[in-house]
Amino acid sequence: MYEFEFVKPTTVADAVAALGEEEAQALGGGQTLIPTLKQRLAMPATLVSLTGIAEMKGVKAEGGTVTIGGGTTHGTVAKEAASAYPALAALASNIGDPAVRNRGTIGGSLANNDPSACYPAAALASGATIVTSSREIAADDYFQGMFTTALEDGEIVTAVRFPVPEKAAYIKFEQPASRFALVGVFVAKYADGVRVAVTGASEEGVFRWSEAEAALSANFSAAALEGLSVPADGMIGDLHGSKEYRAHLVGVLTKRAVAAA
Amino acid sequence: MPKDSGIGASSKRREDVRFLTGAGNYTDDINIRGQAYVYFLRSDIAHGKINKIDTSDAEAMPGVVRIFTGKDFEGVGGLPCGWQVTDRHGQPMQEPPHPVLAQGKVRHVGDPIAAVVADSAAQARDAAEAIVVDIEELPAVIDMKSALKDGAPKVHDDLTSNLCYDWGFVEDNREAVDKAIKDAAHVTTLELKNNRLVANPMEPRVAVGDFERGTGNSTLYTTSQNPHVIRLLMGAFVLGIPEHKLRVVAPDVGGGFGTKIFHYAEEAFCTFAAKAINRPVKWTASRSEAFISDAHGRDHVTKIELALDKDNNFTAIRTETYANMGAYLSTFAPSVPTWLHGTLMAGNYKTPLIYVNVKAVFTNTVPVDAYRGAGRPEATYQLERVIDMAARELGVDPIALRRQNFITEFPYATPVAVEYDTGDYHATMDKLEQIADIAGFAARRKASEAKGRLRGLGINCYIEACGIAPSNLVGQLGARAGLYESATVRVNATGGLVVMTGSHSHGQGHETAFPQVIAEMIGIDESMVEIVHGDTANTPMGMGTYGSRSIAVGGSAMVRATEKIINKCKKIAAHLMEASEADIELKNGAFSVAGTDKSVAWGDVCLAAYVPHNYPLEDIEPGLEETAFYDPANFTYPSGAYACEVEVDPDTGRVTIERMMAADDFGNLINPMIVSGQVHGGLAQGIGQALLENCVYDENGQLLSASYMDYAMPRAGDVPSFEIDHSACTPCTHNPLGVKGCGEAGAIGSPPAVVNAVIDALNSGGKKVAHIDMPMSPARVWAAMQG
Amino acid sequence: MTKISMKVNGKEVSGEVEGRTLLVSFLRDTLGMTGTHVGCDTSQCGACVVHVDGAAVKSCTMLAMEAEGAEVATIEGQANADGTLSVVQQAFQDHHGLQCGFCTPGMVMSATALLKDNPKPSEAEIRHYLEGNICRCTGYHNIVKAILAASGQLEGAIAAE
Repeated sequence: MYEFEFVKPTTVADAVAALGEEEAQALGGGQTLIPTLKQRLAMPATLVSLTGIAEMKGVKAEGGTVTIGGGTTHGTVAKEAASAYPALAALASNIGDPAVRNRGTIGGSLANNDPSACYPAAALASGATIVTSSREIAADDYFQGMFTTALEDGEIVTAVRFPVPEKAAYIKFEQPASRFALVGVFVAKYADGVRVAVTGASEEGVFRWSEAEAALSANFSAAALEGLSVPADGMIGDLHGSKEYRAHLVGVLTKRAVAAA
Repeated sequence: MPKDSGIGASSKRREDVRFLTGAGNYTDDINIRGQAYVYFLRSDIAHGKINKIDTSDAEAMPGVVRIFTGKDFEGVGGLPCGWQVTDRHGQPMQEPPHPVLAQGKVRHVGDPIAAVVADSAAQARDAAEAIVVDIEELPAVIDMKSALKDGAPKVHDDLTSNLCYDWGFVEDNREAVDKAIKDAAHVTTLELKNNRLVANPMEPRVAVGDFERGTGNSTLYTTSQNPHVIRLLMGAFVLGIPEHKLRVVAPDVGGGFGTKIFHYAEEAFCTFAAKAINRPVKWTASRSEAFISDAHGRDHVTKIELALDKDNNFTAIRTETYANMGAYLSTFAPSVPTWLHGTLMAGNYKTPLIYVNVKAVFTNTVPVDAYRGAGRPEATYQLERVIDMAARELGVDPIALRRQNFITEFPYATPVAVEYDTGDYHATMDKLEQIADIAGFAARRKASEAKGRLRGLGINCYIEACGIAPSNLVGQLGARAGLYESATVRVNATGGLVVMTGSHSHGQGHETAFPQVIAEMIGIDESMVEIVHGDTANTPMGMGTYGSRSIAVGGSAMVRATEKIINKCKKIAAHLMEASEADIELKNGAFSVAGTDKSVAWGDVCLAAYVPHNYPLEDIEPGLEETAFYDPANFTYPSGAYACEVEVDPDTGRVTIERMMAADDFGNLINPMIVSGQVHGGLAQGIGQALLENCVYDENGQLLSASYMDYAMPRAGDVPSFEIDHSACTPCTHNPLGVKGCGEAGAIGSPPAVVNAVIDALNSGGKKVAHIDMPMSPARVWAAMQG
Repeated sequence: MTKISMKVNGKEVSGEVEGRTLLVSFLRDTLGMTGTHVGCDTSQCGACVVHVDGAAVKSCTMLAMEAEGAEVATIEGQANADGTLSVVQQAFQDHHGLQCGFCTPGMVMSATALLKDNPKPSEAEIRHYLEGNICRCTGYHNIVKAILAASGQLEGAIAAE
């Protein structure tokens, strides 16, 4: 790692101020950022830790909405969202490993928007609202491609609001080395329709599979997906799986998510 | 009743207490006052000509002590290769120089270009970034067959081509084998790859060099399986330090699996630099660095043909293998695809004619050398795969086909130059059929099918040659070292023993198992015996731990030294009891005179040796310390039969190991608990090779699987609980303990079982898939199912 | 350099660190507690697992300054006060749950954390929980067995040897 200043504010306001300094970068749980810094792939002058901000932590369920503080760890979500939004809690309980889940945060995951991360699929399929230090952003507007989001420099994800669906499930097919999603599909059924979000598969990052959404909105069953497929073009192809394989998995996992929901 | 001490007891491991309480002493735990740290600037391209290295800016950086480049090593030797293979035409292999730091060219991603020594590790790395390297990138050769084409870029400009050697074995059989294959009733042909692996012991490599100005002595602390070998190679061939001025210490070593056998540039560098700057110099590899600097394993491309007569008897085997050497010859690299591979091609079968051809090839990749099993897994895999394929083609039962062709009479001289002393392949197969409940498989398959899964059963046998090795034989085969082992047994005046052994544990539990042998021989408590290893300053010259040799060769040396001790003790006891030496018996820690009630305790005899007031000084010296070197008469030949049951998800291609079973014959066992642990670990590594692990380069020589994010290590959830048995026992006939060695078997025997099982599963589902290369990732299995 | 303080295995400690100093470096280099190991640099292997305020974390993926004021537990503090091995440590020895010992500190810390959350885990739960701890020696068989034993449920819970 290159040397940097470390600051640990206790309020969002102080964190925003600290991030306004030259070459400052936010540090959530650090489970992606610290390995990145070790490879010397980033060179912040200051790291602004968000782990000391109490107002960014916790899970709250009320009125059909689950609100999760941006600084809440995956481990906490797995436990505390289990009754209000079981599919989301199950997703959180399967990110990384137990030690990673004790540090990694939802805000950090969404801010990073790794194309193989799990949370982006949940947020997009749930039509979640990303609450930041300065505004609220709809998930449909938030994810803008691999490692790219609508966040401005210095903007912090302070909370995420998930409308709780009638039924939902997330199926992750693991890349065997990293345990990230080779492909992951989150299906969420709401009164006004079904949303399907796919992570791990596309070169554009997390995306909604609109054909599947239409079919499932008409008939929420795996059978409704027969004959539907996503094109291999634009999928990720690497040593763990070809474009064709990932496209195929999108279909298989979507069916399984529907069956599990 | 299981024994509770001595040979055959599952004694708990004494070394565990320190490992479980954070009190182990690994090389990275060693810090010497005043030490500096080195960071190696490594090539990020696979092949290039070094035009200029400008270190001037870097030298001015904070904390920098000195920066070294290849120029600093022009006066010293390169890293030597310990084995010279002679090719089909009687010519020696092509053997290029291997400089400590790159000279003139870089030849693989990770090749060290410069070394920055600084006050802190971070400062060294900071300064390395300020070194300006002007390298002209050259076309790289990665694929072996392309590397052998006319006009291919050469890894080493001074060699005639990228061919290290073209080896034929047994060359005199070549025509007869060709004819037998031509005349066969059936020939099964299989082309396959044995995937390149990274050994990945959990402890990355570390080296700490120290130089004592007052005495001129150098010390290297290093993560090695064989400190004496490092001392010899580094002292005599690289740095020119006489062995008596050089000490090599390998303290607790966190796993090796072969990759810590070899002498590495970083060891020579730290030793050299410590003297040059008169400060200790420490290097600790990161895991990322390990991926591009530890020797890799396997990486063979093979075509094998199995000929059978009309009654399904094997009549001939012909193989052609391309073996990747990487960019330089690592310490034992040339021996792996030849003498550790060709000699095993008979397997458990009485095939009368065998011809093995191996072309070893230089490429712009990390050097490849021995990894758990080394050559024997490659031999077993191709043989057991082609037999399975033949059974499928012929529509016969794969177990029956194997049994029909088993060697049943011992000793058995194979057509590939080795003589199996003992074995009973039907016995291990019987045991396997029992523990694997082969008879119940059909019902289990049905249950899997009801869940929408395809279930497969894979069977295979293996034989390995280990207990490496008879020195005169390996010398004829090109080894530049002997492969004996040593032990000094020192008895203290109060009766406790210290064994200084040239074997060196990196997880095998020598500190527990070796004392069990001595305790049994003398009849004393195991706790009276302590093992000292891993330090050239206080152990006799030894060749270290690899090739499942520790108990078979090192243990035998210890037995021989202990026998000398006992013989001397009998003389002392005879004197003390005024009896004839011939009448003295040792039992339960006491010497007695046969047929009388006269007896003297072990401790009293030991005391007499050191307080020789009443002692036969005219016949024997005082003291009680003996050394033995043991050179084995033959290899040992563990064997076994393995089975695997898999489920395949037909929608995704994902394979899960439902059951993994192993029936082994290791001869006599010293500590069955440790033996089981060795098998478990080998099975997981074999499953890793079969399903998960893959070291992959792109066409430019960039390593794609360069960290645990892309190189899939087996985790707890990837393997089942294992069902193993080692009760089948035909003791080795030529070593005093009747032991064969158990360290590599699991990794040798398991990959074909897994692959055979997957192929069986797919065919049961109507998919006519003949073969899938390892690792059988979901994507590959799915692609194979698409036809 | 900044001075930080924390409690390690119940004892107040402090030391000077840089912003980039990892918790594992603070333990190993500053405090000289070398029981916690580093086996990778991508937060995968788990040799470095310690407990921070009761939760298992990878000390190679946490900055030392983040542990300011925290209660940290390491492998060195796991044995009982009288020096005997903890239930988990003892089970690892009894069932040969370690070979080279390098991954062992992390394994023991993870296993201890698991049993705190889930005193009677199934074999499948144990295997899933150990996802972030890589062992190259044991094939996991005896680690799983040791954890089953430590939770008092070895009999019949695992396939025969």
